[in-house]
Amino acid sequence: MAQSPRLQVVDITKSYPGVVANDKVNLTVNPGEIHALLGENGAGKSTLVKYIYGVHEADEGRLVWEGKELQISNPSHARKLGIGMVFQHFSLFDAMTVEQNIALGIDRKQAGGDLPNRIREVSAHHGLFLDPSRYVHTLSVGERQRIEVVRCLLQNPQLLIMDEPTSVLTPQEVENLFKTLRLLSSAGVSILYISHKLQEIKALCHAATIMRRGKVVARCKPEEQTTKSMAEMMMGQNVSSPVRSSAQTKSRVSLDIVDLSVSSTHQQGTDLKNINLQVLSGEIMSVAGIAGNGQREFLEVLSGEVLVDDPSMIRFGDIGVGRMGPMDRRKIGAAFVPEERLGHGAVPDMSLWENVLLSAGPQIKLVKNGFIRLRAAQKFTEEIVGKFRVVTQGVRRAANSLSGGNLQKFIIGREIIQKPRLIVAVQPTWGVDAGAAVSIRQALIDLAGTGAAVLIVSQDLEELFEISDRICVISNGCLSAPRPTASMTVQEIGLLMGEAGLGGKGASPI
Amino acid sequence: MILEWLLPAILTIVTAATPLVFAAVGEAVVEKAGVLNLGVEGMMVIGAITAFATAVSTESGILAVIAGAVAGLALSLIFGVLTVYLQSNQVATGLSLTIFGLGLSALIGHSYVGKTFSGLPKLQLPVISEIPILGQLVFGHDGLVYLSVLSVMAVAWFLNRTRAGLVLRAVGENHEAAHSIGYPVRLVRLSAILFGGAMAGIGGAYLSICYTPLWVENMTAGRGWIALALVVFASWRPWRAFFGAYLFGSITIIQLYAQGMGVEVSAAFLSMLPYVATIIVLVLISRDSIRARLNAPACLGKNFHATG
Amino acid sequence: MLALFKLERRPETSRAMVYCSPLIAVVLTVFTAMIMFSLLGVDPVKAITVFFIEPISSVDGIAELCVKATPLILIGVGLSLGFKADVWNIGAEGQLIIGALSGGGLALAFYDQESIFLLPAMLVFGILGGMFWAAIPAFLKTRYNTNEILTSLMLTYVGLLVLSYLIHGPWKDPDGQNFPESRLFHESALLPILIDETRLNLGWFVALLVVALGWVLVSRHVIGFQIKVVGMAAMAASFAGFKEKKLVWLTLLVSGGCAGLAGVIELSGAIGQIVPSISPGYGFTAIIVAFLGRLHPVGVFFAGLLMALTYLGGDSAQISLNMPNAVTGVFQGMLLFFLLASDVLIRYRFKFSQSPPMSERQQ
Repeated sequence: MAQSPRLQVVDITKSYPGVVANDKVNLTVNPGEIHALLGENGAGKSTLVKYIYGVHEADEGRLVWEGKELQISNPSHARKLGIGMVFQHFSLFDAMTVEQNIALGIDRKQAGGDLPNRIREVSAHHGLFLDPSRYVHTLSVGERQRIEVVRCLLQNPQLLIMDEPTSVLTPQEVENLFKTLRLLSSAGVSILYISHKLQEIKALCHAATIMRRGKVVARCKPEEQTTKSMAEMMMGQNVSSPVRSSAQTKSRVSLDIVDLSVSSTHQQGTDLKNINLQVLSGEIMSVAGIAGNGQREFLEVLSGEVLVDDPSMIRFGDIGVGRMGPMDRRKIGAAFVPEERLGHGAVPDMSLWENVLLSAGPQIKLVKNGFIRLRAAQKFTEEIVGKFRVVTQGVRRAANSLSGGNLQKFIIGREIIQKPRLIVAVQPTWGVDAGAAVSIRQALIDLAGTGAAVLIVSQDLEELFEISDRICVISNGCLSAPRPTASMTVQEIGLLMGEAGLGGKGASPI
Repeated sequence: MILEWLLPAILTIVTAATPLVFAAVGEAVVEKAGVLNLGVEGMMVIGAITAFATAVSTESGILAVIAGAVAGLALSLIFGVLTVYLQSNQVATGLSLTIFGLGLSALIGHSYVGKTFSGLPKLQLPVISEIPILGQLVFGHDGLVYLSVLSVMAVAWFLNRTRAGLVLRAVGENHEAAHSIGYPVRLVRLSAILFGGAMAGIGGAYLSICYTPLWVENMTAGRGWIALALVVFASWRPWRAFFGAYLFGSITIIQLYAQGMGVEVSAAFLSMLPYVATIIVLVLISRDSIRARLNAPACLGKNFHATG
Repeated sequence: MLALFKLERRPETSRAMVYCSPLIAVVLTVFTAMIMFSLLGVDPVKAITVFFIEPISSVDGIAELCVKATPLILIGVGLSLGFKADVWNIGAEGQLIIGALSGGGLALAFYDQESIFLLPAMLVFGILGGMFWAAIPAFLKTRYNTNEILTSLMLTYVGLLVLSYLIHGPWKDPDGQNFPESRLFHESALLPILIDETRLNLGWFVALLVVALGWVLVSRHVIGFQIKVVGMAAMAASFAGFKEKKLVWLTLLVSGGCAGLAGVIELSGAIGQIVPSISPGYGFTAIIVAFLGRLHPVGVFFAGLLMALTYLGGDSAQISLNMPNAVTGVFQGMLLFFLLASDVLIRYRFKFSQSPPMSERQQ
């Protein structure tokens, strides 16, 4: 190409205590190119783009912007050069208006004057409707993302960095975003697109750089690849699927939810509306949905962290449990795996054996007359660690010393080893490396094989299609009727996600 | 007849409220930046003794106020370095600031017990100040009273009308986001803490050189804590804090006047009024937990450590 | 930035630093105190001797150390439970006073009667009184979500005024000379003295017993475990099914009860009547004791002794060096600052950067 590349980073190295996040990483992005940065969670993608955007410095390496070598000292400097970024965890302020949020993210000079009008102009031009006077906490996730995009576009960027932009969008919203991105690309804007979703990258990107454990392991043109070949480059191994033994006879209702309506106890939470669901023993039931549509509330109500008025709204077997706390529900054979591992499923600063006491104290008789049986607890923890191949230096180590995947294996193991008759797991493999994900899915399948009911709440459609018998969709606190997995398509699920949902048809752009 | 005691009563309400205004408005800024400094009492009392010592030795009211502000600021610097840079627990650090401030002020104040200071001059404008009632009501105060009103105006303007104020609120709202957009979270917080310290120092100075121009150990008597309660009461808004301070000032003064007028209740019970009132107000404010949380800066009390 | 070093999060919290940090803090405090003394024109070595050695160089001194440590340890153990659970009762001073008044009131009611039941009843009343005063913030926090820091502190001021009212009014010694003091307690309302000619009394053993009970609770009992979980990760506690409100009540009642017990022991062991200043701020100093003792009963025991020493040192400095005994508060505050500062090393370590980062780029 005659033109010089828009951005080049050369031999970037950045390490954190105990981990090299970027190890001599090289990346080149050309003008008008949509460039994918592909890798699993923890591969070092976010570290790299935060360096490019000036959020933090690297230990070594250099950066060339439009042919000139320079240092980007902070995000404001990056914005001046023409680099915009849409963060994975939005950098928004809930208690402020759209206009204030945008003003904070652009330079002082641009923030003044008729900013609201310019916001309306830019958002209309790109089909990203926004009302500058709305407060952010009243907006849907899709609308919030638009704020970030518009904020970047207001500064006429030469390079737009998007960190996992679609993880919070419905398939239909994703299509709209792609239209906008293609438009920008044809106008000469470069886009650095970070994701681990292979279909999306194949559909959108011109080039891809693939990272694994902090290193660049491959470069390719996505259109010349299959998703399988890219997955193998990303994970560095043949991707194995969990094995499902022959189907069980599923007849007995293990979890029965009848007309469940609950107001959220959270600020800006989602109320659950008239939910009905039956999960049979031996079955894996999945609840798909975009985050923030009531999943958190659903788990809280099932686990007993939030009680409902009528005990018979939720029944485990024959027992109405609506007024029972988590301890009592566990006593009758239920187990729960919350989405957040550190801080909800486990206490970060406590040792593994103490963390076992969180959910296994009374069942396994690790507590006697109110006193903790230290040895028994430690021995039981060693059993979990051994059985579920948790990599740790010992059961006295703190939970936060484990890697994400190992901690999740530990938490799932802690629940499964108690032989529950019902398990509810939210995002069981989120942020977990491929190897651990496979073994976690296998463990859940095996548990269902013993006749337990398994309820999985997840955003990861690939995962849900892989392991569940039936799928239903949660959207804005409502649950669709479950249907056998084999009879469903991604598009149908996407429609159900958008139905009545946040960022649904009513608010849809274009 | 009523006017005979109403006017002086209002004037004393002003003097009782002014130290609270300074401390509460300063703390409101600190908390808007996401920092909970429970050391207001300590900073006030240090401000009080430093201002008094300066006043006695220099006979200058202005120098005394400046000294009070500097002392409060110096103490808040300790808090700022500990919490913002060394990640110490804000509650514990604030408490120790109070304990330290009370001890240090007693140590410094040891040799000042029993000394007196003439107090700050009252504003006296020719003609206008002599207008009956109104003249005294509006123009008859000392300079710090006007400064307190000005500071409320300035803080309200700063927080709501300036970009710097917007950034400060952003830091208190979501420090991670503010950091990733590129704002210096720690610097913003430290500046807010120092401002709060200086304001608490001025509030303390007002106590020892205007309200009761002498030094008594622990003379703040919980006013720093009341100022903290006022910030919650005011939902972190400067003007509401101002009116809250006057409300509490009135309660303090009602108690004094009731004693003066021979109300048949023990002095001890009347003295409890401001404290009991604080508790009642806190309960009323925090009853609606969702609303209380919506108004509070979302990162209040959380420490920030940039990963990188 | 020109920072020569920066903080880096440790992969795991350092247990060694948990125990080293108080020692570092003590050393730094003594060091700073020596500088302070020399600035004040006092020979620092002599001052340190007067402050820390002289008070405990006699049996009487050691007995007095234990007398002063008793309330600090009692309250410190109670408070540390609360602080662990993220419940910030800072009104122990008020609970101490109300506890003392409850127990002391009983002693006054039976001032002319001999009874072996009086003393135990006083202790129980003291505990109940402290609990009652702590129950108010507990109720307001669990029912109305009101911040316990401010309410418990406001109640301290109210408690002080209740004390002032009682001894200026109804409980003033009718045979006294109009001093604001109650009559002297009957012999059977006084705690037995352990060593003759000193003030060391049975209260010391009560404090030791509370330390032992606290230790069992914290390290062996499931309640202690629940308290720790609530404080470290409230969501994990609710996941486990621990009832947060119950623990708020429990920690506030226990810490209030301990403070009340300390108050009544102070009255019937060390003072013998109700006076205007029952406590020289034990309730506040115990906050420092709790932190310095790493919120652990055994640690609180040693921290309580150390803090008691600062009180004795303050008195001794007043006599020998003619310094105001407010110097005690300065010491205590300083100690806590240094402790909090060195606690940063538990979670973080300093990383010194030899050269400005990215300098390799300028090739």
